[in-house]
Amino acid sequence: MPTTTLLDARAIQRALQRMASEVVERCGGTADLLLVGIQRRGVELAERIGALIEGAEGTAVPRGKLDITLYRDDLQAIGPRPVVSETRLPPSLDGRTVVIVDDVLYTGRTIRAALDEFADFGRPRRILLCVLVDRGGRELPIQPDIVGLALGTQPGDRVDVLVRELDGRDAVELVREVA
Amino acid sequence: MTSAALGKDLVGLEPLTADQIRLILDTAEPFKEVSERPIKKVPALRGKTIVNLFFENSTRTRISFEFAEKRLSADTVNVATSGSSVAKGETLVDTARNLEAMRIDMVVIRHGASGAARFLGERIRSNVINAGDGKHEHPTQGLLDMLTLRDRFGRLEGLKVAIVGDILHSRVARSNIWGLTKLGAEVAVCGPPSLLPRNVRDLGVTVLPRIEDAIAWADALNVLRLQLERMQAGFIPSLREYNRVFGVTSERLARAPRELAILHPGPMNRGVEIDSDVADGPHSVILPQVTNGVAVRMAVLYLLAGGSPDWRTEAGE
Repeated sequence: MPTTTLLDARAIQRALQRMASEVVERCGGTADLLLVGIQRRGVELAERIGALIEGAEGTAVPRGKLDITLYRDDLQAIGPRPVVSETRLPPSLDGRTVVIVDDVLYTGRTIRAALDEFADFGRPRRILLCVLVDRGGRELPIQPDIVGLALGTQPGDRVDVLVRELDGRDAVELVREVA
Repeated sequence: MTSAALGKDLVGLEPLTADQIRLILDTAEPFKEVSERPIKKVPALRGKTIVNLFFENSTRTRISFEFAEKRLSADTVNVATSGSSVAKGETLVDTARNLEAMRIDMVVIRHGASGAARFLGERIRSNVINAGDGKHEHPTQGLLDMLTLRDRFGRLEGLKVAIVGDILHSRVARSNIWGLTKLGAEVAVCGPPSLLPRNVRDLGVTVLPRIEDAIAWADALNVLRLQLERMQAGFIPSLREYNRVFGVTSERLARAPRELAILHPGPMNRGVEIDSDVADGPHSVILPQVTNGVAVRMAVLYLLAGGSPDWRTEAGE
């Protein structure tokens, strides 16, 4: 299957830098800000965006992680995923500005599940969605606020986000299905 | 419905592979955190109906299953056998078939007859989870003991676990032996010869005749409840005698070459198989066992619930 590199390590770094500034701009600063990465690669991206904001603003930015497996609506269809990962959020989300960070936005079902899960942790003042790649193909009325790269894809395509913490290198690759 | 990971039912740890047991323990980890949330509930089993069918008395196991089910958003019904149609002479299969006709998804069963869970699982389509069947197995207790040991020691492989007490009548002992040996732990049993099964060595365990030997050998002691009716049946001369010879006391533990973790499946007979200062002491993990019980049961329910959507064709419908 042909693989195209959409972003290399330096391009990802530039995208994250811009996304970090946009987060601060959209939130009007860093007060009450909470970055929540969606397991698994969203967690690494949230970590990096957080570090970039901390470097630029000189203030600590709290991070959380969220595993949405138990809030999925397709347990019947695909069966349980082998292992559910860790969820770690502050005791209450009341009054916070929560920025959801994920690697790829596609159908929107992950984000739907994340929004449901947040509701069980409190009532954030505002929730923003920040994704490295928006590949289109939404099945729900959900749109991102901050995007690293937007592109149109076919249903058979795969968009792989690789991060060095888990995959040994940084890249965004498009794997095209051969007809 | 048949789960790809575990099959349809959980009747015991004997039929499971080491990988399947590890999967359950690993899946239990994130479920611990769910019970710490402000809203202790996730929607994973929303719309599933689970019947807790208890033919024997149980407080801890039934409540633990019920919490696990509710924290996964399942709808639950408890059937106690006194005052139900069971008391009127209905058979196990008839009871379960009637429940199934009301479109349930899972049955958690405790029964006095060994093999009851398997028997039921072979006759109904719902998932069946064994919550203790006679002297056979109590798999979720075995799993929660293993999770607690893994939490405490960081590993199970090579760990030395001595099970102390009435091995002969204990389903907890059997599930512990199957599960622990599959994951590479060394298991010994210790108790009066009248309460050890005749061929217990065939299960791959060592027999230590004296409690002092078990304490000198083990990293952890799993102290079983001495069923008081065993005395009437003549298996032991008296409770005082049992405590004197096999009781886990702080004096005996003080002579251990290393610090032992102390497990007990409950309910305890304080002053018989275990002394109060041991049960409440710093090495006791008896309450963490109870906490882990909910997480392990959530993991089992979750893993059994997910299945292939074409199960009706498999069932010949």
